[in-house]
Amino acid sequence: MTEIRVPTLGESVTEATIGKWFKHPGDAVAVDEPLVELETDKVTIEVPAPAAGVLSEIAAKDGETVAVGAVLGQIKDGAGAAKTATPAAAKPAAAPAAAAKPPASASDAPLAPSVRKISTESGLDASTVPGTGKDGRVTKGDMLAAIERAAAQPTPVAATAAAVQVRAPSPADDAVREERVRMTRLRQTIARRLKEAQNTAAMLTTFNEVDMGHVMALRTQYRDLFEKKHGVRLGFMGFFVKACVQALKDIPAVNAEIDGTDIIYKNYYHIGIAVGTERGLVVPVVRDCDQKSLAEVEKTIADFGRRARDGALKIDELQGGTFSITNGGIYGSLMSTPILNAPQSGILGMHKIQDRPIAMAGKIEIRPMMYLALSYDHRVVDGREAVTFLVRVKELLEEPSRLVLDL
Amino acid sequence: MAYDLIVIGTGPGGYVCAIRAAQLGLKTAVVEKNATFGGTCLNVGCIPSKALLHASELYEEAGGSFAKMGIKVGKPSVDLAALLAYKAQNVESNVNGVAFLFKKNKIEAFHGAGRIVAPGQVEVKGADGKTQLLETENIVIATGSDVARLPGIDIDEKRVVSSTGALQLAKVPQKLLIVGAGIIGLELGSVWRRLGAEVTVVEFLDHILPGIDGEVSKQFHRMLQKQGLTFKLSSKVTAVDTSGKILKVKVEPAAGGAAETLEADVVLVAIGRVPFTDGLGLEAVGVKKDNRGRVIVDPHLRTNVAGIYAIGDAVAGPMLAHKAEDEGVAAAEIIAGQAGHVNYDVIPNVVYTSPEIASVGKTEEELKQAGLAYNVGKFPFSANARARANLAAEGFVKILADAKTDRVLGVHILGPDAETMIAEAAIAMEFGASSEDIARTCHAHPTLTEAVKEAALAVAKRAINY
Repeated sequence: MTEIRVPTLGESVTEATIGKWFKHPGDAVAVDEPLVELETDKVTIEVPAPAAGVLSEIAAKDGETVAVGAVLGQIKDGAGAAKTATPAAAKPAAAPAAAAKPPASASDAPLAPSVRKISTESGLDASTVPGTGKDGRVTKGDMLAAIERAAAQPTPVAATAAAVQVRAPSPADDAVREERVRMTRLRQTIARRLKEAQNTAAMLTTFNEVDMGHVMALRTQYRDLFEKKHGVRLGFMGFFVKACVQALKDIPAVNAEIDGTDIIYKNYYHIGIAVGTERGLVVPVVRDCDQKSLAEVEKTIADFGRRARDGALKIDELQGGTFSITNGGIYGSLMSTPILNAPQSGILGMHKIQDRPIAMAGKIEIRPMMYLALSYDHRVVDGREAVTFLVRVKELLEEPSRLVLDL
Repeated sequence: MAYDLIVIGTGPGGYVCAIRAAQLGLKTAVVEKNATFGGTCLNVGCIPSKALLHASELYEEAGGSFAKMGIKVGKPSVDLAALLAYKAQNVESNVNGVAFLFKKNKIEAFHGAGRIVAPGQVEVKGADGKTQLLETENIVIATGSDVARLPGIDIDEKRVVSSTGALQLAKVPQKLLIVGAGIIGLELGSVWRRLGAEVTVVEFLDHILPGIDGEVSKQFHRMLQKQGLTFKLSSKVTAVDTSGKILKVKVEPAAGGAAETLEADVVLVAIGRVPFTDGLGLEAVGVKKDNRGRVIVDPHLRTNVAGIYAIGDAVAGPMLAHKAEDEGVAAAEIIAGQAGHVNYDVIPNVVYTSPEIASVGKTEEELKQAGLAYNVGKFPFSANARARANLAAEGFVKILADAKTDRVLGVHILGPDAETMIAEAAIAMEFGASSEDIARTCHAHPTLTEAVKEAALAVAKRAINY
């Protein structure tokens, strides 16, 4: 008998929600075959079978919340294990298919009256509460405990949101045309973190615009050579990351974070790159960008993008960023005010490159222009610093040679 | 000719196990040493005693509350022979029912004493002394229990009787002395008291109905005294002198001291039951038993020998027919490869007296001992409209719920029709219900069950009618 346990999920991640079991009790499994999908605050991971055998027991059903190290189920070792454990079960006529039938799920079962009442009054969705009753049903005690847990959570924002968000019932006509979908853990985390950032930081945004002509010319000129040598396309992101790193070196406050009454200045440059996926936004972090070449940065980002879409990012790749870049331009955005990725103090918003008439040396010229936005935490970053930072980024992109010369 | 399963014993555990196994496609046989199927329960236990209880209760009502309700029947009288015939007919139809069910489910029945010769081999020795050997994959021991005896006191089933003899006394004794104030003693004592006997109950402990919630036991004790039963608590019977026409029973204080002699026409020994596991060949095949003769099984009802299972009174746990039935079903399902299971936390217990006692889950004493914080909700039948209309408004419903989670931990009913009402409590507890869940479930009016709902409301101190 081998226990299947929740693996270590990375720092600051202590629990996960069972997304989906790929196997039913009674199914044969091979070593390392994916058994179950876990959703965490940050990523979705698959737990592989620790041993070959037969999945004999599922201890945590779909939708249940489990802590790191908790038992998910059991694998009966070896193919013949079922036989020796229950000799009688081997009799084929005597063991109908029922043995392999998964335990009835309680998710469709109607809720107990007390649970319904508490759910309506508190706004706590009973389907998100792990049930201890028969077949995993949610009991009144489970609801009271969940509310107590929510109230005791260190983030007051999330707690009140969970406890008091009561939606007024829709008219019956409309109600049937509504669809209620449970937020994934990732979505819940995004929601909570964004609101936290808004409630905590003194956030505001400064704008500038950048003439992308030179960067575009560089790209056109070296595209094939670059791709041949580095095996990755030369994009814009590499330029922006390198430009930001230089600007952060000049304006350290933008790379800093508040800790109580202290400010922590970070002399390393881990840049988070926001990637939109079907499941929601994730922000993988390119580490030590100051020590990476532009090609290395591009390679890392390309790899992240691919794995983000497959949901294959690791937890530690999503942690420890000091500054973030988000590109609304790929969806066509001309101008936006990004929200900080707390506890970071700055986030750069890239936008769509658009040909616009620009006055240059007394003449009107058509140039490929991009608006830049920097949202920053005014508690750490002064207006002068924020504006200077953004101007530095602009200058570095308009004259990429400055990147090389460190000007 | 091998079977998938042979069940030894056809009491409520054994016959249910066999039927469930047959439903699951197992080729099943049963071995029964008595002439009729059904074991103690159907032949000399639950079924005949309930026939007597029912009849004697109606008899008492006819002579009592009928007049209060304006029904005149004159003074009723009992034709004991006819009453016992009605009881016997009831038993017969039930045991025949089991025989029919065996046929219907194609279960082969062998009459004779079963003995396990080896794992997978059962020898059946018929009344004529002939033996035959049966081969089987699995064996379920469902041999039940026997009357517990008192050292030095011989049961002749005429004047010194066990529960078996007490179900067919030739005439109503003038004086009946019962040893043991447990369920069997009080049920049968009530029967014969209603039929006219003068009943004295001698109990070793200082309270009646051990294991029942203390408050229930105390109040019920007073009710029985009012009905005319005499109790001698903290006392023991040390000898019964059967030499004369009248039995002379020696009763001593449990703690020791001067003995007294009580006279009785009949003595009923009702000090409990002991597992019946002798003569089954268990020692020979190495099946382990505990120090009280009960077969030791794991949570899957398996003994230490592969392919041999045991259920019911032959194993540990409350000696109740419905517990045996559930274990029978679980054992059959486990043998068929399913996940059979018995929830021992939710096994109802009923005392079929008048009024009845029914309980499920923990008693208040058990909760105190476990150090659990709990809330109590109580509602008396004197405040229940239906009970008052029935002129049966004694007793109460008591619900014990976890102080924090409100989960129902125990329900105790002393009152009319408690046997029926306990089912709702058992279902609630099986599903982990809170007292609020019971309180928020609509109960029909006017019914006795409203008392259950009100008791649930009383847990939160919001009973409406009290």
